[in-house]
Amino acid sequence: MDILKLTAWQLKELLAKKEISCVEAVKLLLAAIEKKDKSLHSYLYLNPGVIEDAKKVDKKIASGGRLGYLEGVPVAVKDNICIKNMPATCASRMLENFYPPYDATVIEKLKQSGALIIGKTNMDEFAFGSSTESSAFGPTRNPFDEMRVPGGSSGGSASAAGANLCFGALGSDTGGSIRQPAAFCGVVGLKPTYGRVSRYGLIAFASSLDQIGPITKDVRDACMLMNVISGRDEKDSTSVEIKIPDYTDFLKDDIKGLRVGIPEEYFASGIEEPVKNRVMEAIRLIEKQGAEVKRISLPHTKYGIAVYYILATAEASSNLARFDGVKYGFRTGNYKNLREMYMNTRGEGFGAEAKRRIILGTYVLSSGYYDAYYIKAQKVRALIRKDFTEAFKEADVIITPTAPELPFKLGEKKEDPIKMYLSDIFTANVNLAGLPAMSIPAGFVSSLPAGLQIIAPHFREEKIIETAYTIEQSLKGGISG
Amino acid sequence: MEEHEIVIGLEVHAELLTESKMFCGCSTKFGSAPNTQICPVCAGLPGTLPVINGKAVELALKAAIALKCRPASFSRFARKHYFYPDLPKNFQISQFEEPLAEGGYLSIEGRTIRIKRIHMEEDAGKLLHSEDEGSFSSVDLNRSCVPLIEIVTEPDIRSSFEAEKFLASIKRILEYLEVSDCNMEEGSLRCDANISVRKKGDEAFGVKTEIKNMNSFKAVRKALDYEARRQISQLKKGEKLRQETRLWNDGLQITEGMRSKEEAHDYRYFPEPDLVPFTVDSSWTERITAMVGELPVQRKERFIKDYSLSDYDAEVLTAGKDTADYFEKCAAGYPNPKLLANWIMGDIAALLKSHKTDICDSPVGPESLVRIASMIEEGKITGSIVKKALQESFDTGIAPEKIIAEKNLAQIHNEDRINAVIKETVEENPKAVQDYKNGKEQAVSFLIGQIMRKTSGQANPAILKKNLLEYLKEIK
Ligand SMILES: [Zn+2]
Repeated sequence: MDILKLTAWQLKELLAKKEISCVEAVKLLLAAIEKKDKSLHSYLYLNPGVIEDAKKVDKKIASGGRLGYLEGVPVAVKDNICIKNMPATCASRMLENFYPPYDATVIEKLKQSGALIIGKTNMDEFAFGSSTESSAFGPTRNPFDEMRVPGGSSGGSASAAGANLCFGALGSDTGGSIRQPAAFCGVVGLKPTYGRVSRYGLIAFASSLDQIGPITKDVRDACMLMNVISGRDEKDSTSVEIKIPDYTDFLKDDIKGLRVGIPEEYFASGIEEPVKNRVMEAIRLIEKQGAEVKRISLPHTKYGIAVYYILATAEASSNLARFDGVKYGFRTGNYKNLREMYMNTRGEGFGAEAKRRIILGTYVLSSGYYDAYYIKAQKVRALIRKDFTEAFKEADVIITPTAPELPFKLGEKKEDPIKMYLSDIFTANVNLAGLPAMSIPAGFVSSLPAGLQIIAPHFREEKIIETAYTIEQSLKGGISG
Repeated sequence: MEEHEIVIGLEVHAELLTESKMFCGCSTKFGSAPNTQICPVCAGLPGTLPVINGKAVELALKAAIALKCRPASFSRFARKHYFYPDLPKNFQISQFEEPLAEGGYLSIEGRTIRIKRIHMEEDAGKLLHSEDEGSFSSVDLNRSCVPLIEIVTEPDIRSSFEAEKFLASIKRILEYLEVSDCNMEEGSLRCDANISVRKKGDEAFGVKTEIKNMNSFKAVRKALDYEARRQISQLKKGEKLRQETRLWNDGLQITEGMRSKEEAHDYRYFPEPDLVPFTVDSSWTERITAMVGELPVQRKERFIKDYSLSDYDAEVLTAGKDTADYFEKCAAGYPNPKLLANWIMGDIAALLKSHKTDICDSPVGPESLVRIASMIEEGKITGSIVKKALQESFDTGIAPEKIIAEKNLAQIHNEDRINAVIKETVEENPKAVQDYKNGKEQAVSFLIGQIMRKTSGQANPAILKKNLLEYLKEIK
């Protein structure tokens, strides 16, 4: 048995049955990271206390203590989520030495569930990117082909999950940052409904779009992590009080009568043919199992990327204003007065993509441009949202490719921001509409994973789970079915 | 004759009297050691989120309703961006296009000053500059995130005198409603002004300047007087005025222009995405309206009319809502309001002050005061005993009527008890009785003194004298 290949729920069962010890599992994991992560670079930081934590879990199990829901399961956390006394760099020089004095709400919940924090994962700087190449600490590589990117911005979390260097991870998704890397690394990634998971402790990129979500080896693991991290948080006014089901209740291999919408705009030009084929094959599989597949239209799809980059950069320019060298993080050594301190700190501390987005966002909020860009974009955002509302009158879920392409080569798009931005073309609109969506593996194209995206109405994650689980089981070719 | 008219609009900032800050749970107490009242939220640490303090909204609404503003059916916070070290996020959470309330007014001495809007915002921290030139500055974030309201008037004010009156009136209302303590020295009330001048009779406004850094009522008046004179003399010289921000220099008693680089701000407002918009519905408005009730000016007029109080007494009693409420509770149980007013403004006010107690927490509640006033009127106790009882009540926390009862401080009206003492005293003092029979009237005073001593001064003097004389006649 290769312990590292186990899913979180399998590991949990074996730990509880005392077939393996938590220390053993953690040591194996650390050894694998030591060996493989030198080249992969999914981690920026490893928790030095994790073996001690594992010992406590083993003691608890040995003494017959009450076990938490994720007791002893080592989880990786994207480096923009705050954990007390661990760095939270956002993969930026700006926060290289920043140790938050508090836990994010999702971390409090993970700790309460008994999960172990294995370490903090690499990402695009401040989550600005789709390849994890903009990390100030060097790129992460794709576990299926180290010449290729793992996607981004949660590339470290997806790569760690795909390479069996964790038993589950947290990422954040603003325009596809969980789903696209999950697709590139052959794992499951869920962006929950906006408001389902507390953002308290997530270093903000774009506050009206950001959500934390799980990146896992299978759909069941995603449900289990969602059971832990979901829920209204009084520290986050945008989190919503809506009953949370036990998501594992929806792991049913039965989708008879499920209405699946296929939006024509997502299968038009710009998508790589083999990716499209894998997605269509999966759709045919569930059709065979009784799903009712219908063509639908989301007419404002094409405006999504433009709207997204106006609103996301506007909010980012504001959220990143606080990084000024006054209170924490990086401060330039080169200044004679306050103004120079500000300018040089930000000039030296931020990478090129962060600067590009701050400038863009500052521009669209400037007087004289605000109405033409920000206000106009908000109006189009409402139309995009309405598209989905209309579509969900005819469909229970919508299926699309997660990304228009397979994992691309390192450096391929780095110098062409527009090309890079188009990687979000199938995912960003979901954030604009605040909907939940999951990327799951849809098979391989010449040894590279392709991903498929399932979108559901607000707070209907269970519809996604039913669909995803059915596809997952079907693609296994009856191994467990 | 003056040929120019002065046009002034004010922006008044008042710190709200909440226990905790606008968007976090930290204390708002003034004067603590630097950075002892901060948390990740008000220090603007990455990842933190604001949460609206409902009490702050309620206080802001009280001010809005008192100033006859319309609460918004849709209100929202917005981010106002500028870089400064006392602003930890480098944006201030304020309100812009959707303020809490709009369209009110305040009348002062027959003139109506329109209120354009009232909005909420968080305060910034404070910079502490070290003394030596070229050295460093420190940031104190205790004040960061403390709730403020900004009251913006239309340009309806016509003199520095009127501006000062307006401010005093706003201060009185906010204090009365306990919305703010309006302490200009501690910075809990601040005021900026827009001022321009125009030829009398002109419709169009002149070029305005914004005056900041006025730290007292007197400074506001002086700064506006100075600025009006400056503008008029410029115009008379045929010079053009520049729209600019000027700072009042209290030392030199002049306004000074800022460098244009410092004032060129594009605040890049946009709706705060971390907070959800809110609605002030009619039931909320009604609840607040009931809480606001009558304003000091209206209440004063009513006190003069209903209780026949003097202008001065009514003014003092309505300066604070609690005092006015206290008075009215007393007046409901006792028919002589003037007597009540005297006790409240006299002994009770002095004792509250010396014992640093709020009138709501006074050991002498309205019922106690009514009881005592009745006892005085019925001749059961004397004023000097009341004074003693009140003092003791404040020292011990025991209600004064209880003290009077327990210590038998009330006068003795019981004629049998008084007569017994008379009999005893007369028997003990045959010489005095003899003197009386010999026509020495002073002997009566002597006997009264003796009896008073035996009763610790509590025998009702009228009954005592009457019964003593009768007794002396009987024993002839
Ligand atoms: Zn605080």
